[in-house]
Parts: sequence; C-alpha cells; structure tokens
Amino acid sequence: MAVTKINRKKSGFQRRKILPYLLVSPYLLFVLVFVAFPVFFCFFLTFNKWNIIAPMHFIGFDNYSRLLHDRLFWKAIGNTLKFLLLHIPLQLVVSLFLAYLLNQKIKAAAFFRASFFMPVIVSGVVVTILWQQLLGYDAGLINRMLTSRGMHKVGWLVNPNVAIYSIAVMATWKNVGLYVILFLVGLQTVPPQYYEAAKMEGATRWQQFYHITLPMINPTIFMVVILSTIGGFNLFIEPYIMTGGGPLNTTLSAVLYIYKQAFQYYNMGYSATLGFFYAIMIMGVVVLQKKFIEKEV
Amino acid sequence: MYVALSAAALTFIYPFIWMIGASFAPMHEVGNLTFWPAHPTWDNFKIMVSKIPIGRSLLNSLLVAVLTTSLVIVTGSVVGYALAKMQFKGRQYIFYVIVFTMSLPFQVTLIPNYITMINLRMVDTYFALVIPFAVSAFAILMFRQAFQGLPQALIDAARLDGCNETGIIFRILWPNIKPTIVTVAILSFIGSWNEVLWPLIVVRNEKLMTMPQLVTLFATGGRADSQLGVKIAAAVLLALPVMIAFLFFQKHFIQSMASTGLKD
Repeated sequence: MAVTKINRKKSGFQRRKILPYLLVSPYLLFVLVFVAFPVFFCFFLTFNKWNIIAPMHFIGFDNYSRLLHDRLFWKAIGNTLKFLLLHIPLQLVVSLFLAYLLNQKIKAAAFFRASFFMPVIVSGVVVTILWQQLLGYDAGLINRMLTSRGMHKVGWLVNPNVAIYSIAVMATWKNVGLYVILFLVGLQTVPPQYYEAAKMEGATRWQQFYHITLPMINPTIFMVVILSTIGGFNLFIEPYIMTGGGPLNTTLSAVLYIYKQAFQYYNMGYSATLGFFYAIMIMGVVVLQKKFIEKEV
Repeated sequence: MYVALSAAALTFIYPFIWMIGASFAPMHEVGNLTFWPAHPTWDNFKIMVSKIPIGRSLLNSLLVAVLTTSLVIVTGSVVGYALAKMQFKGRQYIFYVIVFTMSLPFQVTLIPNYITMINLRMVDTYFALVIPFAVSAFAILMFRQAFQGLPQALIDAARLDGCNETGIIFRILWPNIKPTIVTVAILSFIGSWNEVLWPLIVVRNEKLMTMPQLVTLFATGGRADSQLGVKIAAAVLLALPVMIAFLFFQKHFIQSMASTGLKD
C-alpha cells in the first residue's frame, strides 16, 4: 500500500512501468529461493559427500558411479515400474468404464459420482491405514472373507510377489474417482449426432465406442496416462506406512529409497544424485509417452 | 448397468463405513465384518487422546491449511493480475518459468529446500510448513486465466475513480471471479491438509505436527501396533473434517478437482 502511494506521486508513466514488476516480485522471490537455488544446489550436491553436520567433501563423479552399481536403487526403480505396469492400465480401464456408465443418462448420477470421489479427497494416510486392515494376513477383512468361503489366505502384503500389486490396486482405488470426472468431461464433448449416425449405419455399441468414443477422448486418455504416470513415480506414503518397503524390499519405491538415503542415513549428496537422476528419468518418460500417444492418434 | 454402478459405489464407500464402525469397536470386535460393533465404545478415541496430542495436531493442521490457502490466493491474484492485464518486458519469460516450475519433479528440490529451512532457522516452526507452499504456480495460472476473461473497461473505470491496483484486484475484480477463488481455495486447502512428506522432514517437535504426520508416525511407530482400533480411530479423525466438508460442498470439490486436469 505504502509503495503504491509513493508511486502515485510520480508520473503515471513511471508508475505503470515499475508496478508490474512489483506485483510479480513475490513470485520471482519464491522461484529464486524454492526453485532456482534448489536446482543448482541439488546439482552441486551430486558431486559432494555430505551428512549436513560434517563439512562437505568434493568427490567428483563418485555418487554417479555408486548410483550405477546400486542394486537396491535399480530394484526400487523396478518396483516402481511394476507398480505402474498394473496401476496405469487398471486406472484407465476402470475409470473409463465407470465414466461411460455414468454418461448414460442415469438416475442418481450425482450420488455415484460422489461415492467414487470420496477416496480422492481423503488423505493417503487414511486410505493406507484402512487398506492395511483390509489386506492383513490373519485379521485382514479380505482374507477372512476368503477363508469363510473355504478359500486359501493370500499374503497380500507379505508375499514378495504380490505386495507391490496390492499397493497398485489400492492406489487405483484411491485415484479412480478423479479420472472418472476427467473422462466424464471428455465424454460430454462427443457430439451425440455422431452416435445417431453410427446407429443408422447399424454399428454395434462396441463399434461405436471403439470408432467414435475412443478417438474423440484421446486427449483425455493422454492426460490420464500422464497424470497417473507422474503420480505413480511419486509413490511414497503407501509403502512407507504399509510395508516400510518390505517384504524383501519388493515394495521399496524409488522415492521411498531417496527419502531413506537422505533422512535416515543422511547421505545428502548421494540422495541428491538419486533425486536428480530420477527427476530427469521421469521427464524423459513423460516426453516419450507424449510422442508415442500423439503418433497413435 | 445399475448393478455395476452400485457394486462400484459399494467398493468405494463400504471401507469407509466399516472404518467408522471399527473405530467404535472394543478390541476383540475390531476385525468383524459387521457395520456396527455389538458393544460400541469410545475407548479407542480415549486411548488415542491419552497417547498423542491429536487435538493440538488438528489445530495445527487447520492453522497451516488456512494460512497456506490465504497466501496462495493473495499471491496468486496479484501475480495472475500482472500477467493477465499488464504489459511489461519479460512477461512471456515469467510465463515460461511458471510452466517449468510446474513440471519440475519435487525430488530435485526436496533436499535443498530442507537445507534452506535449516539455514533460515525455520525447522520446527509453522513457517516451514507454510512458506514453501505460499506461492502456487497453478493458482497463478488459474487467476491469470480468470482475469483475462474480464473486460478491460472494468479496470479503466476503477482507475478513473482513483482506485489503486490493489484496490482494483481485491475490491473490483475479486467479486467477479468467485468460482476461481473457490477452486483455488479448495485445492490448496486439501493439498495442505493432506501433505505428509514435507512435514515428516521439517517438523520433529510433536507439538507442531500436523494431523497426517502425527497419525503416520503413530501408525508406523509401534505405539498403536497392538491396538488396531486406536489406529483406525486416528484415521477416522483425520478423514472426518475433509469428508464432512465434501458432503456439504460436493459440487465445488468435484469441479475444482476436475480443473486440475484441464489446466493445459
């Protein structure tokens, strides 16, 4: 307020010139402190060994060669990819299916939409604690239902071959509602005349869906794939609470590993190297997806 | 069709209802499949309150979320206004910077920002939980878009009346972009309320912890391990405020969240 008052006394021309910079200055300051500095500092850290307390120690490319030979890191990336391999297709199919149903002028659509949306807004911590009870081995709800029907228990979170996929299903359950809404918006952009024309030609429902709906909502599909890829690569709180990365490190996600390196072992330089590498990898994957999907159109 | 939809709705809602029921169940009844325990009790909540400062963490979460949201709205409007309605050198570059910051994965900034917090002596203060989230690139873009849709005449008329720029933004323009304000408010409130990774890093003092952080540490730290019901009660308390807000402002929530995907 004070500044604008002083400025008003100056000529209008001058005031107009300074004012915009004044208005964007909070953002510029923020970017400087929380984006520009971190990016450079992170890059700088990758050439150093540092545990915060002792002075920094320049070690050249040691962190990078350690990364290349770090089996656990590659395993964590592998786990994250396994997670994505189930999470993305499941997310796409389930959310598109539900959106498609909701789009058929049905009653109580608002109720259904809201119920799908509930897990989206609730904290991941809640969802994780809840699913821990569902997926427990002895007392878990799902295993109890299975045994009461004479079936075998499944080690949803304790079997090394299953655990990461259980987490993928849970993450899908949490996010599907958001993508249902995105698909609904997409589906509503398809002009109804297209379907009417197709019906006149004798196209089946499936043909209509495949030849009209899918191509028309391609941008939404692209968006859903990108959003769930980025979200999936950031997998952290679910394994952190549910399994701590176990059993046998099969649910150790890349972000959880990066977090542990920094805030459990205090290998700041090494963790920064992992983070830097991982960030570039994510951007690379997203760019590739973009190219691939654009070609498909 | 209705069968499929109802089955799906049940899959999404049943676990929550079960969770609320289980939070009132005495220890030997927690694992039961029934909706409501045969002998409901407040014990789980009582034990939780005696073990962790859950009430305090609720206030912390509220304070942090309200402060963050207000700052995001104010900074977002001011910067968004400059980008939408003013001509100045470098405007295009700032726009590029915003898009870049939005696509930058947080793994890169995590450790440096922690170091910044240490150097600014902000670790274990509310500042650490609010300041790094006080400016949102997404909010700036939302406000920019909203302001672009308003006629220049509105601004010119206000200037003729001697209104300064802050007055123009907050008194003249704000009433015209209420939906955008609501959207940004909901998104940043939910984002702040549910944030857990950052608090885990910058807050160690139990008195300053936000609810998700406290509940996470409670659930993983072994203090609740033997008592499932207590753990679930903590989860219920964490979920309840957001769920209630959602029931009241359902439409706004869904529209807001949908717009996150539509920013491009």
